Amino acid sequence: MGIEGIGARVARKEDKRFITGKGRYVDDMVVPGMKFAAFVRSPHAHAKINGIDTSAAEGMPGVIGILNGKQISEDGIGDLICGWMIHSKDGSPMNMGRWRPLAEDRVRYVGDAVAVVVADSKARARDAADAVVVDYEELPAVTGAVDALKDGAPQIHPEAENNLIFDWELGNGEETDEALKNAAHITEMKIVNNRLIPNAMETRAALGVYNAAEDHYTCWTTSQNPHVARLVMSAFYNVAPENKLRIIAPDVGGGFGSKIYIYPEEIVCLWASKRTGVPVKWVADRTEAFLADAHGRDHVTTVKLATDADHKVTGLKVDTVANLGAYMSLFSSATPTYLYASLLSGQYAFPAVHANVRTAYTNTAPVDAYRGAGRPEATYVVERIMETAARELGLSPAEFRRKNFVREFPHQTPVIMNYDTGDFDASLDAALKEADYEGFPARKAEAEKRGMKRGIGMSCYIEACGIAPSKAVGSLGAGVGLWESAEVRVNAVGTIEVLTGSHSHGQGHETTFAQLVSGRIGVPIDSISIVHGDTDKVQMGMGTYGSRSGAVGMSAIAKALDKVEAKAKKIAAHQLEADENDIVIEDGTLKVAGTDRSLAWNEVTLAAYTGHNLPDGMEPGLKEGAFYDPQNFTFPAGCYICEVEVDPETGRTEIIQFVAADDFGTIINPTIVEGQVHGGIAQGIGQAMLEGCLYDAESGQLVTASYQDYCMPRADDLPSFKVSTTETPCTSNPLGIKGCGEAGAIGSPPAFMNALTDAVGHNDLTMPATPQSVWAAINGTTPDAFA
Amino acid sequence: MYSTTYHRVSSVDEAVKLLGDCDEAALLSGGQTLLPTMKARLAAPSDLIDLGRIDALKGISVDGRSVKIGAGTTHAEIHASKEIAAVCPGLHEMTGVLGDPAVRHMGTLGGSLANNDPAADYPAAILALDATIHTSKREIEAGQFLVGLFETALEDDEIITAVSFEAPERSGYEKFRNPASRYAMCGVFVAKSAETVRVGVTGAGGDGAFRWEAAEEALAQRFEASALEGLSLDPSEMLGDLHGSPEYRANLVRVMAKRALAKA
Amino acid sequence: MSNVTMTVNGREVSGEVEDRTLLVQFLRENLGLTGTHVGCDTSQCGACVVHVDGRAVKSCTMLAVQAEDSAVTTIEGVAKGDELHPVQAAFREHHGLQCGYCTPGMIMTAIDMIRRHDGDLDEKTVRHDLEGNICRCTGYQNIVKAILAANEEMSGMREAAE
Repeated sequence: MGIEGIGARVARKEDKRFITGKGRYVDDMVVPGMKFAAFVRSPHAHAKINGIDTSAAEGMPGVIGILNGKQISEDGIGDLICGWMIHSKDGSPMNMGRWRPLAEDRVRYVGDAVAVVVADSKARARDAADAVVVDYEELPAVTGAVDALKDGAPQIHPEAENNLIFDWELGNGEETDEALKNAAHITEMKIVNNRLIPNAMETRAALGVYNAAEDHYTCWTTSQNPHVARLVMSAFYNVAPENKLRIIAPDVGGGFGSKIYIYPEEIVCLWASKRTGVPVKWVADRTEAFLADAHGRDHVTTVKLATDADHKVTGLKVDTVANLGAYMSLFSSATPTYLYASLLSGQYAFPAVHANVRTAYTNTAPVDAYRGAGRPEATYVVERIMETAARELGLSPAEFRRKNFVREFPHQTPVIMNYDTGDFDASLDAALKEADYEGFPARKAEAEKRGMKRGIGMSCYIEACGIAPSKAVGSLGAGVGLWESAEVRVNAVGTIEVLTGSHSHGQGHETTFAQLVSGRIGVPIDSISIVHGDTDKVQMGMGTYGSRSGAVGMSAIAKALDKVEAKAKKIAAHQLEADENDIVIEDGTLKVAGTDRSLAWNEVTLAAYTGHNLPDGMEPGLKEGAFYDPQNFTFPAGCYICEVEVDPETGRTEIIQFVAADDFGTIINPTIVEGQVHGGIAQGIGQAMLEGCLYDAESGQLVTASYQDYCMPRADDLPSFKVSTTETPCTSNPLGIKGCGEAGAIGSPPAFMNALTDAVGHNDLTMPATPQSVWAAINGTTPDAFA
Repeated sequence: MYSTTYHRVSSVDEAVKLLGDCDEAALLSGGQTLLPTMKARLAAPSDLIDLGRIDALKGISVDGRSVKIGAGTTHAEIHASKEIAAVCPGLHEMTGVLGDPAVRHMGTLGGSLANNDPAADYPAAILALDATIHTSKREIEAGQFLVGLFETALEDDEIITAVSFEAPERSGYEKFRNPASRYAMCGVFVAKSAETVRVGVTGAGGDGAFRWEAAEEALAQRFEASALEGLSLDPSEMLGDLHGSPEYRANLVRVMAKRALAKA
Repeated sequence: MSNVTMTVNGREVSGEVEDRTLLVQFLRENLGLTGTHVGCDTSQCGACVVHVDGRAVKSCTMLAVQAEDSAVTTIEGVAKGDELHPVQAAFREHHGLQCGYCTPGMIMTAIDMIRRHDGDLDEKTVRHDLEGNICRCTGYQNIVKAILAANEEMSGMREAAE
């Protein structure tokens, strides 16, 4: 362990550069001769392109080139693809329409890229892009998934009849129907999971550089997974073969899922660099980010929960329509299926669960994984209906949940998942105590005297991280494996470089990964460097998303460290004339257990590189790699309690307290974990209270296309959260880590909405519960604009 | 932002002359609305005339209860003025919740008034304070100055130089922010003088800021929140958007008026 | 085009810029001071906050030519050599940053906030005064904690100096 090992509250190594303005993000990169791209984007939700007139733009100052979709097709650049095959319940494969990096004959959402201008400054590129005249023939558009599936809706892709991408199911329909037939009580709800726009503070950016002399491409880009970007751009988009394509994801200013995908813009920058002969940089402005980043959520669900006379849940039936936007983004098909329906058993021993999911094309931006990805949607369904059922049955929400908790592990749910460990009572107890749940009625009465409405609500979430094993996800349709890689390079002087396929864009890997190594070897974290984000430096890796970097990425490092330690022990045993099984590594020393004989770590590492005195047949050097493929998902779980006070005159909701009790298994750095939980809760509360993405149903225009209308959580919208953890180590990875990156965003929306509906006194509220909609819910007047 | 030509001037006369000479010039004061509008390419002035270095437009003078504030004075300067806080707490309060701290350091009284954004705060204040707008040409009463949404009585070659008013006995401001933009979805400025009460409302009116005369009459009788009970506004005269329907805004006017009163 | 001269982090600099050039572009592109960031188009996120003549302003909402003859301080000019400013140190100590993108603007806003309130800060005031700075990672909790801690530290330093 040690003061810098696992469990220590070490201040982050990477912070120095960020607090002094020395972070290096894509837009900070400058290469000689660099020019700037601006995209011409569709102002229409759905239109035919009859022609593009660039004559006025071409002569404008500073313009180097104007490129279009016809040219990118001529050069053989491939379609953007969805990397997870889903089959409908009739066995047919999903209906994937074509997605061109630059639209050639038709645009399908406002913001669809049509052409690109390269010029000698950002402003001049934008001037010329504005002067490109596109002859559009407008077509009728549809923005809601339910509407898109109706007969007669505008047809978006020829490949998807009636805009249906797939009609998929999971679980046991017959048993669930039987449970509903025999139920003592049925609770039924219609649940909308509102569409969100991720809004990492750094917008997406790309700098593409083609080197003609070497026929080699380099792309600096805002990616959570540079190797996946290289693989996809090489194998599917025909940009360049992998050995001639280097992807660098330097400091990246937040991702939340939106920077997993490989978008048209980075492909176009690389291609345009070759076409124009100059390095091409593009940086999205915030409006472009709103229009063209992959959005999140957007489900419409009906759900029925059956309970018996003893208040045990006997079945859960879910019917969901999910909006995937105008094109199928990279993991868009997995999010509303295997990442969603597989979590519908929650923390509960539901004997029967059935989910039916239909996905639809609409004339909106593509929708893909956003912090939590499917699991927030599942948790919202389960925890809203559990709370509602408890209220209908006149039970304490906590006791109703307790009555149905899973208590024996491993537990096989009816929807794929096999929970390895957990202690749901422990997190519920911890949260109830911290929130002084029992004292709530007195607080409510006090608030009433002041004319305010108080409410309390909870959510007992479970999620699945570190999707795995690769063989299993492959059988479910994944186009890639979901392992992770690591290489541990020990230098002759004993310092260590760890090359990881994980990517840090705020998570603090440079610190936590070093803590793991420090704890194992006993060298200070300052002697350990974490290298990531560059395909020329780091072996193939899968990147960071789905709270996988601890559970999967660090397990790969642990596995590589096993090999390093084994070799170091052999060298030490050889030199100390001991048995290698008797060598222990402690505090930077290799000791013969039970004796005073030892070698310092750097004596052993130097010996490895001098090669003067190694065991017979041993290769010199000390560098080991590992690929780690997990045996199971991990299952973080916890209990969140939210208490709100509503001002009935204005509908303004104040969060009085927010308690989070999480079980993340082993924790490497509690400070960093708390930070992840804070951020996740803020995003979850954002979804529940503030953030709503709205398209105009008639025109298909994005109404919430800037911070003037899309409500980002500010400091004064939020309280300080009370966070704590309980710990049942994960049994399926060597470190016992479950993952903490998404929990906050998963557990908090239902806790907030359960509290708010408790305060208001009825369930007729949707997210985001803006002041206007809460006021309307209390007064029964105006409809909510977001509903 | 489209291309533009920048001019820095050191006097109001120089600015007026340039306004006449240029094609489509715009006056740049703090720039906190104009520059974002230009960045969005929603405005394309051929020339920008920067008033930021005209000393004559700056400063606050308080003589007894007579207040005069230069048009180029920033929101932060007004908020920081101890004299303003002493004679007109409502204005002090308002200038502390207008925009954010960085915006308040740049944005100016004159710039905001000339723009007359229906969601800006000052229009409510000048109506309630019965202020006089001093320009390069004349003096205009607040009620005449505000014409409609983004419209004022200013002529093309006219520049606001100062705002003056007699500080009321009591004043208070309360606003309900648009959750996203943080502009006023409804802001109410209440001012009580010896004989009269004036209530200025911004953010809510379909034609921009307005005086709520029914409330003024009720409060002149009895300067307490209960006087407003039973009063209501006609939603058909209110603004409506994504964040607040006309009905909601009509409600907010009454609620914010009560709360402004409590602070006055 | 105009020639613009100003003092940035104590050093006089000048450059030829288009009149429409924003101060943030001048800092980033002409001077290579890339610590100041741009996170929105609508002057709301605060990633671009710098100090002009001692006050926090949004450098995306000021033309470079407007800053003629002004003294500008950016995140790069806040530390004294290797010695971090107390606000920088507090952000690190209290984990007030994750991806680091909003951080320079947050720190510049925090320094200005502590100056304006002359040490008189509480959680509510800090949260209110962060209205013009958006962070997507931290949920603000540790930013607020860091600012309060730095305020405390700087008040202590002022008292010690008096």
